[in-house]
Amino acid sequence: MSLTHPIPLPQAGEGTLPSRRTTRVPSAAKRERDRVRVRELTGSMPSLRRLQSVAVSLAFPAVLLLLWELSARYGWLPEQILPDPRLVIQTIQEFVASGELLDDTRISLARVAQGFLFGGLAGLLLGIAMGLWPRFQAYVDPLFLAVSQVPTLGWMPLLILLVGIDEELKVTIIAWAAFVPVTLNTYRGIRGVPARYREVGQVLTFGPWSALTKIVLPAAVPTIFVGIREGLANSWQTLVAAELFASSEGLGYLMAWGRQLFQLDLVITAMIVVGAIGLLLNGGLGAIERRLQRWQVAS
Amino acid sequence: MTVTALALPPTRASTRWRAIALPLGLLVAWEVAAHTGLVRALFLPPLEALAARAWTEIVDGELSLDIAMSLARDLAGFAIAAVIGVPLGLALGLSRLVERVFGPTFSAYRQIALFAWVPLISMWFGTGEEAKIAFVALAALNPIVFNSAEGARSIPAHYREVARVLTFGRWQLLRYVALPGAFPSIVTGLHLGLIYAWLATVGAEFFLNLGPGLGGRINEGRELFQMDLLLLCVLLLGLIGVLLNKLAGLAEARLLAWQRR
Repeated sequence: MSLTHPIPLPQAGEGTLPSRRTTRVPSAAKRERDRVRVRELTGSMPSLRRLQSVAVSLAFPAVLLLLWELSARYGWLPEQILPDPRLVIQTIQEFVASGELLDDTRISLARVAQGFLFGGLAGLLLGIAMGLWPRFQAYVDPLFLAVSQVPTLGWMPLLILLVGIDEELKVTIIAWAAFVPVTLNTYRGIRGVPARYREVGQVLTFGPWSALTKIVLPAAVPTIFVGIREGLANSWQTLVAAELFASSEGLGYLMAWGRQLFQLDLVITAMIVVGAIGLLLNGGLGAIERRLQRWQVAS
Repeated sequence: MTVTALALPPTRASTRWRAIALPLGLLVAWEVAAHTGLVRALFLPPLEALAARAWTEIVDGELSLDIAMSLARDLAGFAIAAVIGVPLGLALGLSRLVERVFGPTFSAYRQIALFAWVPLISMWFGTGEEAKIAFVALAALNPIVFNSAEGARSIPAHYREVARVLTFGRWQLLRYVALPGAFPSIVTGLHLGLIYAWLATVGAEFFLNLGPGLGGRINEGRELFQMDLLLLCVLLLGLIGVLLNKLAGLAEARLLAWQRR
């Protein structure tokens, strides 16, 4: 144990003569034990420090809120530029009470779920196919790359002409937003599986299916998850854009409506909900990811 | 794209053929469908009609002006984001105090879907040029700040220790340790920022629709149901995106060449 650690040299400040007392210098293991004990004894310290850091983190938003409130109270900025924060709170309360906010949120979430599911599944399949069969990849990749270079939003007017402005438009464009990153990362993940992993499968005489499910996919999971996270974030972004563009319900519509009525309080309300859901989606996926990858830490 | 087959490495010619086979097949199918009336020409104009439209738009029309306007917005927004974003990111990455005070607010901003800013921006800046540039800058800011901060954070602690031993001042630390150390990450952030900026330029021109620009022309094609104009502009969007990306990649390789030595 102590061999793996660098031998601790006595510090000049300790006032000891190194030549005589080298044997008395506590081993690295003992020092570590002491450190742990010190930490146990002063257990309240970290939480106090955490409290302090939370306070520091909240300082800036608090100052912003204060400025906002003051500006509203003394009319520094016209109401069309910055509404009274109390008006925003009131609007949130009204829209929550009437169920309108919940309805719009539900509709938006359903659209994202549908589109993300389609796009993500298609992306996984295409990515796996491209990763497993180089020949297939050689045919498909250039076209895929070319088509994916156009910003997602650029396809929207074209799609409107082809499928109209109803649900199909939103689901298709959201699916596309998820499809591109999921495909790319799945392909990269599978490509990046070291050849010797596959060789192990051959040694164990795994069939193609068990090789895929037991070796290739688990090894590619971290990269695939990068794609899934990016895909979901993209889907959420695109949903807002699609609903702003053409919609009669949903959070994006709420924003567009607020903009037309010059009700900034409504716009800010919708923005808060959009931000909160984005945070939840990302956080939720992060939790799933950690869970799925727990075995990796153990190994 | 590199192709690695399991058995024989394919020859160059067959690689090239595979790459263009599918796009070529699609184009042929397009032509056939357009000429045999399988798909109505309203939805799928034949390729020569597209080429003809491109020619007239560029020669007689104002398509070049539209492209120039879109690019100008894109670059203006990007420049603003770079000037604000790199110092902000470095400050976040270098100073624990700045990180603790502004970090959470920046994280919160990152959570809000980009397009959710459109209504707010249109109310604050109107729907003119300022609003579009502000939106582009806001879009590019995120990856630039994030990557600059990551780069500054990832500078090894002993580099800073060396700086302390040499009794570097704040500016010397910035000039000789922080900037070179975070440089690769900053460049990556700028590259990503350029991609985001182009996406946002398209979005801004869709949603804040005033004045010339590629996004405006796409909207025009949709409203007048002129599929040729629409397809042409979508194609241009993709091409310019690829070009910007390629240029940024080249610049990145050039700027980071010293690292490999």
